[in-house]
Amino acid sequence: MTKSAAPEASVVIEREMPHAPEKIWRALTEGPLIEQWLMKSDFEPRLGHRFQLRATPTTHWNGVTDCEVLVLEPNKRLSYRWNASGEEAARGLRTVVTFTLTRTDTGTLVRVEQSGFRPDQNANFHGANHGWQRFLGGLERVAAGLESP
Amino acid sequence: MRTSRDAVFKSLADPTRRAIFERLSRQGQQTVRMLTDRAGVSQPAVSKHLRILKRAGLVRYQREGRETHYSAQPKGLAPMIDWMGFYAAFWRERFARLEGVLDRMHE
Repeated sequence: MTKSAAPEASVVIEREMPHAPEKIWRALTEGPLIEQWLMKSDFEPRLGHRFQLRATPTTHWNGVTDCEVLVLEPNKRLSYRWNASGEEAARGLRTVVTFTLTRTDTGTLVRVEQSGFRPDQNANFHGANHGWQRFLGGLERVAAGLESP
Repeated sequence: MRTSRDAVFKSLADPTRRAIFERLSRQGQQTVRMLTDRAGVSQPAVSKHLRILKRAGLVRYQREGRETHYSAQPKGLAPMIDWMGFYAAFWRERFARLEGVLDRMHE
């Protein structure tokens, strides 16, 4: 299911945390800890393992995310599918979430990337990934500044 | 919601349309002629791009005499920004919680 270099919009959040990668890895991969910061889950650190994340349902979301472990490099990288579940599966979100841990002098740089937000398969979109994201960022500001009645 | 999001994404997937929309967003209303001078494509092509942007709810127009003035409708972006913005905010908030968990954990 690799989509080669298909350009997709992603959300990237990075944060430096004053803790060792080994400790952060535990928080990312041990069920009871995952539940404390992310969601209730039946995650197991095993390639190909399918699990679900469960949150309180909202108006636009049944609260369930279908996941599958794709990459498991202890203390370094964890990646899993993050797809809409149930009735929402067919038309909903199909993304991949990747956590990357990089040791720094004072702790760990924790990066999460959620990728696969796809506009369509349109060829015009190819090669525009970087510009696209910058564009989105810029437009968010434009839209915020133009909040008209 | 899904339909409007697709329309917004599709219309902005084209670099020329993106440039037109950005220009209208930043510089205010413009005529087709003004847009054509900058776009590097023919006037019919610009008109076609504007129709697509209009269908996606991203621009609107106003006739003044013989000229048609187009302007951006930033609100048209809402379906897309909501969607990406939701996850950006989600992960920021979860990372804050993760730090809380780490602070409480034993080494």
